[in-house]
Amino acid sequence: MSDTISSSQDAATPIVIVGHVDHGKSTLIGRLLHDTDNLQDGKVAQIIESSKKRGLKIEWSFLLDSLQIERDQGVTVDSTRIPFKLGSREYVIVDAPGHRQFLRNMITGAADAEAAVLVVDAVEGAREQTRRHAMLLHLIGIRHVIVLLNKVDLLDFDQAKIEAVEVSVNELLGKLGLEAAYFVPASARDGDNIASRSDRMAWYKGPTLTEALARVPTPASRSELALRFPVQDVYRFGDKRYVAGRIERGRVRVGDTVVIGTQKTPARIASIESWHTAPHVSASAGQSIAVTLEPDVIPDRGDLLHHVDTPPTQASRVRARLFWLRQEPLRVGESFRLRLATAEHAVTVTSIESVVNLDDLTMYPGTEVPPEGFAEITLAAAENIQFDAFAPGTPDGRGVLVDLQQRIVGGAPLIGPAEIAVGEKAIHPSASAVSTQDRQRVKGHKGSVFWLTGLSGAGKSTLARAAENALFAAGVDVSVLDGDTLRAGLCKDLGFAEADRTENVRRAAEVARILRDAGQVVLVALISPLRSDRELARQIIGEGFEEVFVDADLGTCEQRDPKGLYAAARAGKISGFTGIDAPYEAPQAPALRVATDNGSVEKAVSQLVSFVEGSVRTGGNARVRS
Amino acid sequence: MDHLDQLEAQSVFILREAYRKLKPLAMLWSLGKDSNVMVWLAKKAFLGRVPFPVMHVDTGKKFPEMYQFRDEYTKKWELDLLLGDCPPVEEMDPSLPPAARSAARKTAGLAAMIEKHKLQGVIAGIRRDEQGTRAKERVFSPRGASHKWDIRNQPPEFWDQYATPHEEGMHIRVHPLLSWREIDIWRYIEREGIPLVDLYFAKNGKRYRSLGDSDITSPVESNAATLAEVIAELETTKTSERSGRAMDHESEDAFERLRVAGYL
Repeated sequence: MSDTISSSQDAATPIVIVGHVDHGKSTLIGRLLHDTDNLQDGKVAQIIESSKKRGLKIEWSFLLDSLQIERDQGVTVDSTRIPFKLGSREYVIVDAPGHRQFLRNMITGAADAEAAVLVVDAVEGAREQTRRHAMLLHLIGIRHVIVLLNKVDLLDFDQAKIEAVEVSVNELLGKLGLEAAYFVPASARDGDNIASRSDRMAWYKGPTLTEALARVPTPASRSELALRFPVQDVYRFGDKRYVAGRIERGRVRVGDTVVIGTQKTPARIASIESWHTAPHVSASAGQSIAVTLEPDVIPDRGDLLHHVDTPPTQASRVRARLFWLRQEPLRVGESFRLRLATAEHAVTVTSIESVVNLDDLTMYPGTEVPPEGFAEITLAAAENIQFDAFAPGTPDGRGVLVDLQQRIVGGAPLIGPAEIAVGEKAIHPSASAVSTQDRQRVKGHKGSVFWLTGLSGAGKSTLARAAENALFAAGVDVSVLDGDTLRAGLCKDLGFAEADRTENVRRAAEVARILRDAGQVVLVALISPLRSDRELARQIIGEGFEEVFVDADLGTCEQRDPKGLYAAARAGKISGFTGIDAPYEAPQAPALRVATDNGSVEKAVSQLVSFVEGSVRTGGNARVRS
Repeated sequence: MDHLDQLEAQSVFILREAYRKLKPLAMLWSLGKDSNVMVWLAKKAFLGRVPFPVMHVDTGKKFPEMYQFRDEYTKKWELDLLLGDCPPVEEMDPSLPPAARSAARKTAGLAAMIEKHKLQGVIAGIRRDEQGTRAKERVFSPRGASHKWDIRNQPPEFWDQYATPHEEGMHIRVHPLLSWREIDIWRYIEREGIPLVDLYFAKNGKRYRSLGDSDITSPVESNAATLAEVIAELETTKTSERSGRAMDHESEDAFERLRVAGYL
């Protein structure tokens, strides 16, 4: 074999390119690949043709923005990884989108990078996504950051102006405990200080971008750390039982005694098994292995195997630094599953310690985490969680939150155990072992909540009860939570003051959530006059909340007055009555509006029924009507 | 661990995740070099066996050598082979350019297999370095009931945590070779001694660098007749692997349209 091969047999170093939208990330990468001769033949001609087609000169970003939508709209939607070679060293360049809307794609690209190039437009300076991306680099544990000050031609390559930008970016990074390895002033478009030294900035003595990339350290070995071997699966093939998994760190040898999981069951590694390789007597960090144990105990997926004298931290309440990826805020009380390597724990957010203000990267006490925000939170589980605190450059503490539908909603690097505060309720909600999906399969529809809001007398209960009947006949597992019914029992301690009404809504929403989680279609018929209360219900219920506006004007409702309440309110016998002396805030954008003041009841009912069926049916109507 | 060891360990991890989380699961076996590597990796992951079916969605237009290879290695590797066929080209979207329209048959054949076997996971051997839209893929790539790839709304995927189906009718495309490059595949084939159809090796100055249907795949100019020569060739080449695949080049968006509709 020739000598040229051995040099490129090392693992490639992943480098992520981040920064605010339009600060020139994709252009930079195009230029870098071109100037270092890393492009395939014909690629440049292809790019010129695609650019011409859209009336552009030459759009380097098309090298990576391969999707039609990206080229047509001139924005990177999803991250790309491309192999890149510099001398004998291999890299993978990860192009991450800078647009806020595609934050989840930025993280997908950045999470396993060894180093980052933070691209900052030298004229604009740090912008919102610059701060957000820097924050994420900090949270996902990337510590080697090269700052590329782009478009310095627009500052006439002026040393004083460029250094002023450097100072402000440095200050920003300092707040996050990040320190830039290098500041490289450059013009990606013209190639200044990318692969070759610019002759327009004689004052700059630091490295070019390629020189800076060559100096990125190779990752430290994790084999000398204490052993962490999370069980991925257990197989029974033939007469042998194999415990399979990847060693996250450390080393394991045949004959070692290990401790398994929170039960702390001891066992000996009897063999390390493999196919089509020489037999192994030891294995280390990064390897996917299968071992047999003596005695033949059966661990669960997620159990951690470690050596006796180097146990991980164990706690049922943990503190996490959250990067939140959902488009809606996060509130205390929400439940998730915390994935940690192969383990999965049902957890509840018991408190939000502090929230990051992205304008200046300060922390403030908050009660909710804004959409795609950052915060420090406490998670409580019903059982003990075994973990090591998050440490950059290791797989330790890499918590990920998934919702009840198993969708990833945030990253939650674990920073340590949390104490139970004085006076705090130590609650440990448990999660159902029946999956949402299994419920859907059996029922033939999703669990959902349809929140009917409207004036008293608008016809909410009438509509809900008639729809309940029709849906039940159509094979839908349906129930109705109606205001008066709730107030007769669950909420009989509540009055009609604003706080009591909010509490009434909260209880209804919590009950609806439980029923929805059990797979039911729930029709809630509640005046719920305040937008903020309905927003609260939406937060509690989350997925599958649909607001339905049962719309009839006040005159019609007052004329109907089925319970004589309007008359009583007008006569001053009751106060705080919605529509008379308390406000009704109509929904601004309900999922469905049903007018009941000019059509027939049947028509309104069928409108609601077909809307419900359309939203909850998961695949065909096979099980309907027998 | 060298680079190949790392790639192997990562692929084994991915295959084990798929086997644990997605049932029923099947692996696509197109009989080409990448899918042979994938079968090999499955045997590594599961100690010498492939504990789920392998699936050949047959366009009926593969090279005769490939069918021969299939029959031989189904036995040798003790594979549970599922065969599916593809509808005629006349039933495919006529607005697609000719080669892409021909390739679309495979999408339809695959969709039928997924429906028939109610598959929740389909393991496929695509790689990021092959093509721009594949570079944007996830390791676990969810497909809705229509099998469409929603490129605007791919889920986040980091720290080895993958998406799982959350709705009836969804399935996951699992891509264990996503991070491998063409040259990694060849070096691994050489290291492990993985068998291949010999169409990949040069005869009379031509060889196939990528194998698809015989009517829409062309050979490239090459004198590389052995594994070592192929590897040496790839170390210096600057042409793309799929340059011999007609459907990639007919129009700028042809391949993306195929993939959005459910092609690999």
